[in-house]
Amino acid sequence: MNDKLLTAQAEPLWNTDKKIISLIAGIVLLLFALPHLGLNSFYLHLMIMIFMHAVMAQSWNVIAGFSGQISLGHGAFFGIGAYATSFFYVQYGISPWISIFFGIIFSGIAAVLIGIPMLRLSGHYFAIATLLIGISFQVVFQRWDLVGAASGLWVPMTSGDSWLALQFHTSKMPYYYVFLVFFLITFYLVWILSRSKLGFRLRAVRDDPQAALSLCINVSNYKIIAYVISAMIMAPMGSLFAQYILIIDPDRVFNIEISIIVLLITVLGGIGNVWGPLLGAAILIPISEYSRIYLGGTGGAVDLILYGLILMLICVFRPDGLISFVPKNILERKKQR
Amino acid sequence: MKILSVENLSRAFGGIKANNNISFEVEEGSILGVIGPNGAGKSTLFDLITGYTKADTGEVKFFEKNIYGLTPDRISNLGIGRTFQKLKPFADQTLLENVMIGSFVKEKNIKKARDKALEIIDFVDLIEKRHHFAKELSTGQRKRLEMARAMAIEPKLLLMDEVTGGVDQKTIPGLVELIKKLKKSGVTIVTIEHNINIIMEISDNILALDQGERIAYGSPKEIQNNKLVVDSYLGTFDAA
Amino acid sequence: MTSEIILQAIVTGLMMGLIYALIAAGLSLIFGLMDIVNFAHGEHLMLSMFSSFWLWSLFGIDPIFSIPITILLMAICGILTHYFLIRYILKAKMLIQICATFGLSIFIRSIAQLLWTPDFRNVENPLLEGRLEIGSVFIGQPQLIASLVCLVAFIALYLFVTKTETGLALQATAQDRHAAEILGIPSNKMFAIGWAIGLGCVGIAGGMMANYFFIFTDVGINFALFAFVAVALGGFGSIIGCLYAGIIIGLVESLGGLLIDPSFKLLYVFAIYLLVVIYKPQGLFGRY
Repeated sequence: MNDKLLTAQAEPLWNTDKKIISLIAGIVLLLFALPHLGLNSFYLHLMIMIFMHAVMAQSWNVIAGFSGQISLGHGAFFGIGAYATSFFYVQYGISPWISIFFGIIFSGIAAVLIGIPMLRLSGHYFAIATLLIGISFQVVFQRWDLVGAASGLWVPMTSGDSWLALQFHTSKMPYYYVFLVFFLITFYLVWILSRSKLGFRLRAVRDDPQAALSLCINVSNYKIIAYVISAMIMAPMGSLFAQYILIIDPDRVFNIEISIIVLLITVLGGIGNVWGPLLGAAILIPISEYSRIYLGGTGGAVDLILYGLILMLICVFRPDGLISFVPKNILERKKQR
Repeated sequence: MKILSVENLSRAFGGIKANNNISFEVEEGSILGVIGPNGAGKSTLFDLITGYTKADTGEVKFFEKNIYGLTPDRISNLGIGRTFQKLKPFADQTLLENVMIGSFVKEKNIKKARDKALEIIDFVDLIEKRHHFAKELSTGQRKRLEMARAMAIEPKLLLMDEVTGGVDQKTIPGLVELIKKLKKSGVTIVTIEHNINIIMEISDNILALDQGERIAYGSPKEIQNNKLVVDSYLGTFDAA
Repeated sequence: MTSEIILQAIVTGLMMGLIYALIAAGLSLIFGLMDIVNFAHGEHLMLSMFSSFWLWSLFGIDPIFSIPITILLMAICGILTHYFLIRYILKAKMLIQICATFGLSIFIRSIAQLLWTPDFRNVENPLLEGRLEIGSVFIGQPQLIASLVCLVAFIALYLFVTKTETGLALQATAQDRHAAEILGIPSNKMFAIGWAIGLGCVGIAGGMMANYFFIFTDVGINFALFAFVAVALGGFGSIIGCLYAGIIIGLVESLGGLLIDPSFKLLYVFAIYLLVVIYKPQGLFGRY
């Protein structure tokens, strides 16, 4: 035993700087107070979209950033979540609060079924396969009469606001809180995950699968675990989005644009970093919403042009995302050189 | 007690016999040195033992248990650690995180896993670099990283591929000391080495390969006097 | 179901397959050369069809005559793609490479939508029109010529890569760009050539299809997907593999559509992809 070792072992496991903890607590409180500070319904909508996209991007971050598998068809799980709540409400009158979990379970099962054969593929093969899977879901739902085929599902409107049916017509505020709570829970869980044994092992699989094998890590199992977790994070956002707009169809909830935007937000914010998706969503969603307002009218293409351009610029100039501008020690790592 | 016995192991890639009918045994607590010119099949042998490559024929026994056909993760789980000739650190993670991924195998608790990882990092003498990213380390330091990471799974047998290859002269004595220290701690070692002086110094037994064939197997003394080895390997080494 | 209908489907599938093969060959060449999958391949195809369309619509040049111009434009487009995007991401992680070309695809497609709206267009009264009747099988003339041109282009590409000095230099770079550099083959130049040829192939396919296909901004998506499948089927980087794979895909598409249900055409092709990559990850045929 020497001094250096003892000093090292005495270090805290994580950087638990009081200032940062109070900063996070402050921001959370602010987020809860925000709707009461006179936000109009456009800003509420903006915040809701940020929360939703942050969670969706976080879902993608788990599979791509943590375990290194690039899924280009992640919209599939969003669609499954959306259809789960809508279908069970329309057909059987089951409360969305219950069927959100159906969505999570279906997504998880779908991820296992897709993952077992496909995660043996690596790199480009997996990316292309997921691209195909995402489109296949859209094609199948477009032709599936039970769930309304191409015209989709219209969720019957309740006469007034209803927590049981998760529908609010007078104000966006309840939606705001629902999305906020899901956002906070998801980020908290993923933050825990990133610091757990599982998180360590997933990063090992991402950085070097061969070396991970030599450390008793069953690489394909861990890839499937990451894929399932990722799918289960995505599904409830689909469910909530369906409740938010109350009409879903395959072209909307299985759109390839969903798969694109989660990728874009994550890469923009910082892939592999828990806070990357939040940063990415907080920057991109306002840009996209404002560009729709001010440049819209010529079709939805303007925001897509921006997406494409931003994505290329980030890849060329900042492959670690915008979060890499923030000093590391503030975020995660207690680097003491 | 024999920790590892390899019997008639063969593997061909296309027409090339990378390993042909290789047999040897390793006593628990000893060091086996594997020598041979480039392309002799040394790294293939490691890949066959650890399950990275499937053998065409032959058996690998670890403590009398046949491990042939198991996947690499299960073989490592039995207690066989390894390093790689072409280094494979987890580049985007710190040294500490690299080793913790290993120590998590035996320790579920994150604090204990961290402390154990630190002990091992101290053992390989890199404690001051613990928060450096693997990609920032020098080649010699990354070799130590790989050793530390493999040690962290608490292996009974450690396969080390060219520990001293590609590092500068000054680092070599430290690495050699490290191997000796490791042996003292009770780990059995199989090591591939190009540096013949080192191999003679540390090994209890030596296996010499050439073009996939076992050309000699015995104590360092026997190897030194083996005409085949001298012709095919030591001779060229001296000339170099 | 009569044998004539099946024969018709086989002929249609075969003709389509040859076009898929050429598109895939361009993708495969680029991949083999620098391990980058061009996710904007479909958009490049769309651009080549529009190039053909505008040359016809603005200058009255029939698609069959504008082919050389389209090839040239696409080759320039390939060099620009390499110069402005690809060369910066050569050493990046695969994830970044995928995102970059994916970003390019979104960018091109949405710019096209902004400029040209998502309307469907077609070339009216092209020189190639009408159909032949051989026995009971109908063969569209433009389709037939297009597939034959693609086949010839494919053979030319194959001979170029395997027989000419530049082609061999490309192969050397594909195998080991550092070793090739030591031999005096500048890899950057090779990459640019690879992109020029890769997109040149797309230019031929797109230009020929402009004769009979609807031209719209999303037209490339399905072709690109089939090209990905063909490249995986044929073995990443294998050019000759693309020919077989393209034909297989064309046949699966048309026969599946005929025998099962035409609205799930895409799914049959995807199913083939999954089966092949899962059971034979290296593809059906080797490299080159």
